[in-house]
Amino acid sequence: MSFDEGYTTPDGRTIGGVLMEMRNITLKFGGVTAIKNISFDIRQGEIRAIIGPNGAGKTSMLNVINGFYHPQEGEIIFRGETRRRMRPYEAASQGIARTFQNVALFQGMSTLDNIMAGRTLKMHKNFFWQMLRYGPALEEEIEHRKVVEKIIDFLEIQSIRKKPVGSLPYGLQKRVELGRALAAEPSLLLLDEPMAGMNVEEKEDMSRFILDVNDEFGTTIALIEHDMGVVMDLADRVVALDYGKKIADGTPDEVQSNQDVIDAYLGVAH
Amino acid sequence: MTAQAAPQGDLDTIPKLLARNAKLYGDRPAYREKEFGIWQSWTWAETQVEIRNLALGYLELDMQPGDHVAIIGRNRPALYWAMVAAQWVGAVPVPLYQDAVAEEMAYVLEHCGARFVIAEDQEQVDKVLEISDQLPQLEQIIYYDKRGMRKYDHTRLNALRDIQAEGAAGHQRLEPILRQREQGQGYDTTCVMLYTSGTTGRPKGVVLSNRNIIESSRVSAEFDKLTVDDSVLAYLPMAWVGDFIFSVGQCYWTGFCVSCPESAETMQADLKEIGPTYFFAPPRFFEGLLTAVMIRMEDASPIKRKIFNYFMDHAKKVGMRILDGKPVSLGDRLKYAVGNFVIYEPLKNQLGMSRVRIGYTAGEAIGPEIFEFYRSLGINLKQLYGQTEASVYITIQPDGEVRADTVGIPAPGVEIKIGDNGEVYYRSAGTFVEYYKNPESTASTKDPEGWVATGDAGYFEEGTGHLKIIDRAKDVGKLADGSLFAPKYVENKLKFYPNILEAVLFGADRENCVAFINIDLSAVGNWAERNNIGYSSYQELAGHPKVLDMIQSHVEEVNASLATDPMLNGCQIHRFLILHKELDPDDGEMTRTRKVRRRIIDEKYSDLIQALYDGSTTISTTTEVTYEDGRKGSISATLEIRDAKVFPREAKAA
Repeated sequence: MSFDEGYTTPDGRTIGGVLMEMRNITLKFGGVTAIKNISFDIRQGEIRAIIGPNGAGKTSMLNVINGFYHPQEGEIIFRGETRRRMRPYEAASQGIARTFQNVALFQGMSTLDNIMAGRTLKMHKNFFWQMLRYGPALEEEIEHRKVVEKIIDFLEIQSIRKKPVGSLPYGLQKRVELGRALAAEPSLLLLDEPMAGMNVEEKEDMSRFILDVNDEFGTTIALIEHDMGVVMDLADRVVALDYGKKIADGTPDEVQSNQDVIDAYLGVAH
Repeated sequence: MTAQAAPQGDLDTIPKLLARNAKLYGDRPAYREKEFGIWQSWTWAETQVEIRNLALGYLELDMQPGDHVAIIGRNRPALYWAMVAAQWVGAVPVPLYQDAVAEEMAYVLEHCGARFVIAEDQEQVDKVLEISDQLPQLEQIIYYDKRGMRKYDHTRLNALRDIQAEGAAGHQRLEPILRQREQGQGYDTTCVMLYTSGTTGRPKGVVLSNRNIIESSRVSAEFDKLTVDDSVLAYLPMAWVGDFIFSVGQCYWTGFCVSCPESAETMQADLKEIGPTYFFAPPRFFEGLLTAVMIRMEDASPIKRKIFNYFMDHAKKVGMRILDGKPVSLGDRLKYAVGNFVIYEPLKNQLGMSRVRIGYTAGEAIGPEIFEFYRSLGINLKQLYGQTEASVYITIQPDGEVRADTVGIPAPGVEIKIGDNGEVYYRSAGTFVEYYKNPESTASTKDPEGWVATGDAGYFEEGTGHLKIIDRAKDVGKLADGSLFAPKYVENKLKFYPNILEAVLFGADRENCVAFINIDLSAVGNWAERNNIGYSSYQELAGHPKVLDMIQSHVEEVNASLATDPMLNGCQIHRFLILHKELDPDDGEMTRTRKVRRRIIDEKYSDLIQALYDGSTTISTTTEVTYEDGRKGSISATLEIRDAKVFPREAKAA
């Protein structure tokens, strides 16, 4: 299969050109090399999975993508431009949003306020207007609230709208975190193990939300996941890492039948 | 004969009532629905436009008079419109239980030969598509919520909004046809078809005419003086006759506003925001609410708890008398007024019942303590007795004659007689036309004079004329020694304990009675938490020895009270066990309205019943369970069987 000019998925979605390209990325922490010379791309509108055993460098890769880590070598091309060294909030303002492996919400705040926080970069009235919460700032808040309410409706979390997220079960917190990422209206959504610690039913719900996000908003999604079954069902293309190296890249079927991937997951006699 | 009641003017169909309401109450709200965190509302005039456009769209899809249109989804204005629009073009709406699994739906859809299905969302569309090869007559599926539907093959699928837009676009051409269809409807044409959940056998399609629905709505609205200013929350299944009478019949008759909750989980919060004046809930709801209040009071500070208990005791003493307008001393009245300010009003507000003028409960017996709790707060909760075949109303409690142990006097326009075997018969303007495609059942239920057998055994109390229901006539039996066996009566006594969710009694033609118990997970779970008892599942908690002890004490209390009952003292429970799973409609053990299906339970748990009678103290068993998505699994458990203390029967007072 050639991916040069985009492609059509088995379920009939059209995937566009390259949105982000990683070229020969190497990331070191002192003497430890977390990522070694990895290249791959993420295309407009696709669901791209990054898999690999523990310590393979998946989360490091995600942190490179959203500008939290700065690779020593290689370059990142986002929307056709080579990216400079930048901070995570700049990545956010370029339309990259993410969720975290360990839920990172404001525990004491309500679901609504947490998701509202995801709108921060879209709020333009200055701090003093916001403090007054009057006139233009109020109008702006109402506009943002409308967007947030659509997300609440989309994720079916109306019943926990006003509950502090600290009191919610883990599966729901994950959903709220997805909501906060969606509130930024990202063009690229990074999900770090969205299904970790969930039961089968919660996994099914989350899978449906991820597919719906991709379908309804056309959001490009890059996700890290351990559950191979989930990855195979969700992803259009999969990149597999092991010990910081890329060992496979392709459709789920190709990656699944790749001998290096099988060895990495099941272990091999050294 | 009352069954020939004539329409008032030309208001003989629901669409005609809609036209009247749009003219009379054009700018008053007809529907509200909470969406995106805000209560959206539609006036009667706007509602008429929405429904007309949909009806025109139906014509564009070639919907014919007499077609059956299945409606599947939770209570939403658009789905109510879908029903009325179907009536407008002369079709028959058939609302289904939205939580039914696909195979259950297949039977009903096949039986009524539905050409159209209106589904709320992707979940419901998926279910219908799954069974569509069993449904040769199905032509179109119309869905309301577009989410996730983009990738579906749309040759037989349409969005409801698109249908409305097409109808609106073609109104010049289609409106004459619609007017013609409207003329073809009258008091004797079918208004709606509702499938009875059926504690035995397959569900039956109850055909209700416009006369049935409109007369029942008119008479009951007059009885309770419902007006256009009333307000209700529609949250009970649309497939249930009660919802159709309250949210369609009485709503269109009086013009009051129907509010729909945001989702099933937000119902309690939405109830509080809307504050309905007219409210209906099954006993289970009131029990659950009371349990929730009591659990929260257990966790409250000691001072708050003291104040609460002090005033609730006072309410228990005089609250019901004040509500019934009986003489109460000035001091007690003053104290009640203070309690009202401090406890009753804030509590009612929390429950969403501060504006409730008339509340009803029906379907099952309600525990006297539960009933009295609400009434003593000043909530006018009453009971009624009804069924689908009667368009709800058979008996009803008038204000001032409300009691926990009767179901009231015959509703206006209803005649009642008691058969030789104790079975209750009725006839009224609400009496159903027939069971669809089932003349045998129609003939065996409704005689040529219009008397309908309810299947319930009951009697009129002397002096007051109130009807008392004992049990399903076919469930009432005899023990081996000839004494009366009325399982539901005993089960209700058990279920009045907050810790017991469900109970099933066995004993017909046996030496003595034994029982299955389901514990209430929220009540017992809270108790376990406070007593530092750890558990990971229902099954583990149900098998805990301390839980068994607690349930045993409840069973023995019931036995003690049964021993004093001259008619039913043979029904004392000798042995019992706590089931390892909750009885569930998905497993066919209960109906969707949560009534126990005895025959199925008898078969499914025959090993457990045998163990209860053969004296064993433990029993290992494996049970099949059905998950919400229709997949099956099984759980196994070893259950402990307990002997309960029985009390000497008091002398039969004949």
